[in-house]
Amino acid sequence: MEVALFIPCYIDQFYPHVAQATLELLEKLGCKVSYPLDQTCCGQPMANSGFERDTEGTTRQFIETFKAYDFIVAPSGSCVLHIKEHQPKIDDLEQFQKEVQSKIYELSEFLTDILKVGTVKGSFPHKIGFHSSCHGQRGLRLSSSSELNEAPFSKAKDLFAGIKDLELVELSRKDECCGFGGTFAVSEEALSIQMGKDRLADHLDHQVEIICGGDTSCLMHLQGIAERNHKSVKFMHLAEILNQAIS
Amino acid sequence: MSSKNLILSKIKNLAQEEKPLPEIPNFETPEDLLETFVNSVKLNKSTLISKMELQDLVNSGAYPKVYSGSKLIEDLKTFTLPENPKDLNDLDLAIIDGQFGVAENAAIWLEDENLGLRAVPFITQHLVIILEKSKILGNMHEAYTKIGSQFSGFGIFIAGPSKTADIEQSLVIGAHGAKSLRVVLV
Amino acid sequence: MSHPSQAANFLKDEKRAHWHDETLWFVREKRDISSKGIPEWEELRKLASGIKDHVLTKLDYYLEELEKKATENGIKVHWAKDAEEHNKIVLSILEEKKCKAIVKSKSILTEECHLNPFLEKHGVEVVDTDLGERIVQFLNQPPSHIVLPAIHLKKGDISEIFHEKLQTEKGNEDPTYLTNAARIHLRDKFMKAKVAITGVNFAIPETGEFVVCTNEGNADMGVHLADVHIACMGIEKIIPRREDLGIFLRLLARSATGQSITNYNSHFRSPAPGKEIHLILVDNGRTKQLGREKFKNSLKCIRCGACMNTCPIYRRSGGYSYGSTVPGPIGSILSPGIDVKKYSTLPFASTLCGSCSDVCPVKINIHEQLYEWRQEITKAQGWSAKGMSMKLANGIFKSPLAYKVSGKVLRATLKTLPNSIIYNPLNVWGKGRTVPEVPKESFKEWYQKNRP
Repeated sequence: MEVALFIPCYIDQFYPHVAQATLELLEKLGCKVSYPLDQTCCGQPMANSGFERDTEGTTRQFIETFKAYDFIVAPSGSCVLHIKEHQPKIDDLEQFQKEVQSKIYELSEFLTDILKVGTVKGSFPHKIGFHSSCHGQRGLRLSSSSELNEAPFSKAKDLFAGIKDLELVELSRKDECCGFGGTFAVSEEALSIQMGKDRLADHLDHQVEIICGGDTSCLMHLQGIAERNHKSVKFMHLAEILNQAIS
Repeated sequence: MSSKNLILSKIKNLAQEEKPLPEIPNFETPEDLLETFVNSVKLNKSTLISKMELQDLVNSGAYPKVYSGSKLIEDLKTFTLPENPKDLNDLDLAIIDGQFGVAENAAIWLEDENLGLRAVPFITQHLVIILEKSKILGNMHEAYTKIGSQFSGFGIFIAGPSKTADIEQSLVIGAHGAKSLRVVLV
Repeated sequence: MSHPSQAANFLKDEKRAHWHDETLWFVREKRDISSKGIPEWEELRKLASGIKDHVLTKLDYYLEELEKKATENGIKVHWAKDAEEHNKIVLSILEEKKCKAIVKSKSILTEECHLNPFLEKHGVEVVDTDLGERIVQFLNQPPSHIVLPAIHLKKGDISEIFHEKLQTEKGNEDPTYLTNAARIHLRDKFMKAKVAITGVNFAIPETGEFVVCTNEGNADMGVHLADVHIACMGIEKIIPRREDLGIFLRLLARSATGQSITNYNSHFRSPAPGKEIHLILVDNGRTKQLGREKFKNSLKCIRCGACMNTCPIYRRSGGYSYGSTVPGPIGSILSPGIDVKKYSTLPFASTLCGSCSDVCPVKINIHEQLYEWRQEITKAQGWSAKGMSMKLANGIFKSPLAYKVSGKVLRATLKTLPNSIIYNPLNVWGKGRTVPEVPKESFKEWYQKNRP
């Protein structure tokens, strides 16, 4: 299967190892992966700050870069949600835009729904806490939401289920926001930090070794708070754990 | 332009396309209505007592001023209601009949004819509602189907004793209205 | 005051903020348990949402029907285009009855209209009879939550104010003791009031009745002892049929507190002999909101408060941080419709986590409307791209981190980005967090080297 990789700008800049893990993982699972070099950013930071209308150029660039591919995969639920729901309409690219919006997938979603890998086979002898990013969870419905009366499910946990010695803890507050929220992290700094501290405490109370998630932005925020407060816990993206476990 | 016409014309000017009104389907109701109702009564911090316990309660003298409007249990101590409900401020115990109960939440439906005066179930210190066992419905949908065409100037679902949790979420029974609700099934 | 500064203030007392968070989370958990006990919960939400959607598209029809039927039932119906007219109608009724003291049960609408200060200015004593509301009234505060008005206070605070106002024992913090003191105090007020004011939870055009729900029984104590009942409702409170109440009463209390139903659900259809019921239908900006396609369904709100209890921001910043009558997520989409400048920071007081939308019993897409308000606010106000980048940041070029970042990629990125992204407020980021380590090369550079 041929896929194009979309690497969000902050992962490209600050977390290249997450991008590498995503690439390697997809290749191990039999995909032919391209990384279009003209890609930039999805436009989410501007749009969530109230400047969606200013992201036409970014959006145009995105569509042009990815329109030729059958599948687009990104290791970020948040960016994928933005592309699906909050891109401004580009009239002269309407058809391409619709296609791009329907063929872009968050990584765990792609592995589960398109590749249908079921569960990943491998070993990862660690105790981990999984942080569901809100945009992945309530936006893309990658896992059930604790507010809804629905049967519990989680695409990430399904992928982990076959990995030997991987212990996944059950958090006290299953799906509370970590407080990153893009520009919220700076415009509401005090709240953002408090939310992060609380989220972190839930994981630490359960003695996790590694906090894992599908959105590096949440992890960046939590890691920043953990390090500032000298908490010894590791952070890994879902792609990194799967990629390590599988090998 | 009157405010009425102003408000209505503002809405009319929006020329909204009408969205359909959903029909309400039948939802499954609990299998054992009585058992579910009894559980709900307890959850609401009410108590269930027998007819005999009620008679003992009334005769015990613990409640000096008792009003009963019940037709289901006759011969209970009572008096003629005053015209002004404020004259009931010293009422200790009121006993009234409910029309039917709802299993899912122990709500009991009462109308003017059951209350005598509308203030009765609130101004009394303690309240007893008598209900026929055979008149327990499954859920609120059945309840509204039942009362659909009835006309009463006032109707109420009472589900428990007056309560509040406004101080640190600590549940306190007896805020303004009845400090206890006892339900008698006959 | 902006939300961020109010929130930062609230968080200064970290222990108390934590307590506030835990207390409201406890309510959210009760709501979860209760809602999950109803297999058709999601179906009920869909129905409630559909019923409200329908009503909003035919609101003019239903309002006229309501007036017609209610009038036939002997209820006097009034129309108020705004808060001022609403307050004047209330005052004129009080003057006609020569009434100088009233009891009032919870009504967010009267808070919105600032009825209390208006009446007090005209020499009328207003006693809020909901326990939580009475507590905050003693403190000259507005409610901090629409269902739990005094949720921001600890029992010690309440004990203190009761000692001062009701002469309770100093230091006695027992909730039962304090509640009983309020019971005695308020019963006296109930006995004396000739007019009682209530809000309205639902009004039914089919029957011309309206429904008021309380747990304490204070609304009923007030109106059944008084000669005159004034009920105030926003025009959006309509649901068409009596049978629709089945849906809404199943959802309301479970969403609000986790109870299966409120204790007292009173259906007012016609006044008791010799008494009067007045029903005031209030617009006060609602028709304007109805005309905003993206925001109109905020009018579906049934004021259960579930979005407040679930909101990770509200729980940690308190109701007052919003500075609006209705706080929390729903308040943040209603308030900008009233005054976009005054409430410009509210739609940004969210991570757009979406919990509010999932918890809402009438399925209001709250977090999506927060996003849409952000777009409107930046258009309408001084939050220009330039202003924001100036205000928030040492630009990315000035930050030491940005210097280290590979220039080529950054330049390529920046070429397609508008100015609004060109702020990189690492200075604020770094206050409570470390900044990520800068790798020696970006992924793109690695890729070009390793996968030529």
